[in-house]
Amino acid sequence: MRKATFKIWRGNSEGGEFKSYDADIQPGMVVLDAVLQIQGEQAGDLACRWNCRAGKCGSCSAEINGKPKLMCMTRMNTLPENEPITVEPMKAFPLKKDLVTDVSWNYEVKKKIKKFKPRAPDAEDGTWRMSQGDVDRVQEFRKCIECFLCQDVCHVLRDHHKHEEFIGPRFLVYAAALEMHPLDTENRLGDLKDESNIGYCNITKCCTKVCPESITITDNAIIPLKERVVDEFYDPLTKLVKILRRK
Amino acid sequence: MAEYPIFEHDVLVIGAGGAGLRAAIEASAAGVSVGLVCKSLLGKAHTVMAEGGMAAAIGNVDDRDNWKVHFTDTMRGGQYVNNWRMAELHAKEAPDRVRELEAWGAVFDRTKDGKILQRNFGGHKYPRLAHVGDRTGLEMIRTLQDHGIHQGIEVYMEVTVVSLLKDGDRVVGAFAYEREHGRFRIFRAKAVILATGGIGRAYKITSNSWEGTGDGHSLAYDSGAELIDMEFIQFHPTGMVYPPSVRGILVTEGVRGEGGILKNSEGKRFMFDDIPDLYKDQTADNPEEGWKYTQGDKNARRPPELLTRDHVARCIVREVKAGRGSPNGGVYLDIAWIKEKLSNAEEHIKKKLPSMYHQFKQLADLDITKEPMEVGPTTHYIMGGIRVDADTQASTVPGLFAAGECAAGINGANRLGGNSLSDLLVFGKRAGEFAAKFAKENDHGTIDDSQVSEKVKWSLQPFNNPGGENPFKIQEDLQEMMQDLVGIVRTEREMKQALEGLTKLRTRLANVSATGNIDFNPSWHTALDLHNLLNVSEAVTLAAIERKESRGGQFRDDFPLKVEEFGKVNFSVKKGDKGEMEIKSIPIPEMPAELKQIIEELG
Ligand SMILES: Cc1cc2nc3c(=O)[nH]c(=O)nc-3n(C[C@H](O)[C@H](O)[C@H](O)COP(=O)(O)OP(=O)(O)OC[C@H]3O[C@@H](n4cnc5c(N)ncnc54)[C@H](O)[C@@H]3O)c2cc1C
Ligand code: SF4
Ligand code: SF4
Ligand code: FES
Repeated sequence: MRKATFKIWRGNSEGGEFKSYDADIQPGMVVLDAVLQIQGEQAGDLACRWNCRAGKCGSCSAEINGKPKLMCMTRMNTLPENEPITVEPMKAFPLKKDLVTDVSWNYEVKKKIKKFKPRAPDAEDGTWRMSQGDVDRVQEFRKCIECFLCQDVCHVLRDHHKHEEFIGPRFLVYAAALEMHPLDTENRLGDLKDESNIGYCNITKCCTKVCPESITITDNAIIPLKERVVDEFYDPLTKLVKILRRK
Repeated sequence: MAEYPIFEHDVLVIGAGGAGLRAAIEASAAGVSVGLVCKSLLGKAHTVMAEGGMAAAIGNVDDRDNWKVHFTDTMRGGQYVNNWRMAELHAKEAPDRVRELEAWGAVFDRTKDGKILQRNFGGHKYPRLAHVGDRTGLEMIRTLQDHGIHQGIEVYMEVTVVSLLKDGDRVVGAFAYEREHGRFRIFRAKAVILATGGIGRAYKITSNSWEGTGDGHSLAYDSGAELIDMEFIQFHPTGMVYPPSVRGILVTEGVRGEGGILKNSEGKRFMFDDIPDLYKDQTADNPEEGWKYTQGDKNARRPPELLTRDHVARCIVREVKAGRGSPNGGVYLDIAWIKEKLSNAEEHIKKKLPSMYHQFKQLADLDITKEPMEVGPTTHYIMGGIRVDADTQASTVPGLFAAGECAAGINGANRLGGNSLSDLLVFGKRAGEFAAKFAKENDHGTIDDSQVSEKVKWSLQPFNNPGGENPFKIQEDLQEMMQDLVGIVRTEREMKQALEGLTKLRTRLANVSATGNIDFNPSWHTALDLHNLLNVSEAVTLAAIERKESRGGQFRDDFPLKVEEFGKVNFSVKKGDKGEMEIKSIPIPEMPAELKQIIEELG
């Protein structure tokens, strides 16, 4: 049986190091299988998160050979065969232990975004009518599995640590899903400009590249949101109309 | 007790899948303070993995559908040992619960006239499953989560409950640890709701995650509650079988709902060979009619691939045993063939089954729009669980409620696909409502220190057995044994062997050893979960031995037929005075005349 060497980050917020482990490689195996094999046989206290094993829950995010990925969807045969494979935790969040990071910030950010507020029902029985065409875009955004890999690669968070000011691509997608929801009546554009600082995003598209759900984060969510913000606050004509209305 | 932080709530909900979240939302809306604990992060519970949809007789696609038909389908699917009152409430209330999700922001796939679209699924007479492609569970959990975070619910993520705490007969709290540092926590509550999901990790081949260790079943059992129907486990007919590392991962029934067919190595559609009498007049007898059904022809009957899961799983086992299986011990599931019927088949498959397309492409290098998949049965769901009152979801222990997969009754001997997600909503809501009511009528009770110190000592034992057994190894041995001896096809002889095996595993567990320190330590977590896995495995085995017949999820090679007498009882398991597991049969109450009549007319 083929063996592969894994260099897995072991440590906590105080420090740590890469440790080497050998794993037996079976056909079709993914990195998560190897990590769990190592946990089961060699390192019972190796901390990692996983649930679905099929790219549906977004628990097993890590950096594999330096690239942010889901461990359960990264097949061994996509990685170079004769070199050790490095597995380390996401970098944009504080480390808890080994491959487990403290992602609680994300949950706090979401709470601050104004919730869904539907218009009055369309039909007497309290239901709404929406065509499939009208919901396609929002359904794309709602595929998000909250793996936070996009947050991990966004330089505003990863390198500049603007967690206090910038909500990151995941929550721009979330805001877009609400703003473009055919039934929603809330306005979040002011918050997007001032609280979420959507302006910090300079459209590098790194987030889109890592999204395991292939959500076109930048083109479909962020850019249209930016345009809406511009229309609302900077477009001279709208501004004029607003000033006039205020009177 | 003073050494450990105490968290006080009116209602404590254990589990944040669909059932737990829905319960927490309801209790909170009733104006009581709610705590919600879960082993993983919020939004990662099993519910997120559900694919095909949630069953509710809204009648958007076929207006002949109504609660009576749904009720009848559920009872027939459960082979009439269901709690009929639960089946009735579920069928009546599911439509409102689904519409409520839309009001909270869920975005279902739409019909041409802009309503919630519904799809066909096994055992459902009409297209009934509200869905979002094949990621309905994600839509559901996210909607509940995003609604719930604005309801003032206190969420405790990555906290595992080890034991319930009692004041006399009544449950008044829970003893838990947080995973990051292994610190113990005490929760005090006037009412506790269990919504902990399933037990799939008792088996080797399963669609369940590490969380499915039957904690709620076992917590309830240890606190004196009754479990019923534990012999009924659903082996989903279509799990992935290749490559080896993905064995067990689910392939949604939606594939068959969209026209996918099952074939053996000879290319034969073997499902036509054995159609049970109960379903003869509802099932197509030729491929063309079956295809028409999947395309919405109201006069066509459903293809045999959409018979109930227990039956389809057994037919697959039969084909494999007879040497007509695929190279890796499964059979073929083919959706690619629909290109003979649809010019845009490839697009259609990708649109309707995006995550299946993705899953096979990435995990098996296989394009399902071009080639058939290899599939075989996987342990999926447990019909059995905590015995509850149908209306209130109260267990047999005061102060303790249960909802979702860990509760029992609605499904009887076999669950219809899609009935779980709607069950979570209907009975999650009811559990929340009645737990809140109970909390308003009762005080917090007292928890004596000795209960807590005993749990602390027990929980730390794996650190005091240096050089002892590896918990992962014990878990693996248990899984192999249950798979071999208490699996899809059962005999008394093998199950007696399993009971002996369980006794041995308990002895090994007493000497289980955790490596490393207490910080986020999976070996320790696994060691503690094992107690629950052994409890549920024993309950499953005992009940399966006692039911000397074949019905739904239980197939006995030594008693291959259904026996009328067993159709009148459920088996209940409870902890005896000396700590041993006691089993008894409880008669199923007489069905009211109006429900009987519905079944006679529609069944
Ligand atoms: C792959 C897959 C696909 C499915 N597809 C469908 C479908 O299409 N339609 C359908 O109706 N059903 C489907 N099912 C079944 C359905 O998804 C489950 O039955 C249902 O989601 C269970 O929900 P629940 O709320 O009862 O529990 P879960 O969603 O399993 O949640 C359990 C919760 O309890 C917590 N918990 C457990 N133990 C403890 C403890 N000791 N301490 C603290 N917290 C604890 C967990 O952390 C988790 O939050 C599917 C199941 C699988 C696995
Ligand atoms: S496109 Fe914007 S949000 Fe995405 S990674 Fe670049 S800066 Fe961050
Ligand atoms: S948008 Fe994509 S990358 Fe970001 S959290 Fe969601 S699924 Fe993950
Ligand atoms: S384990 Fe669920 S996404 Fe990897």
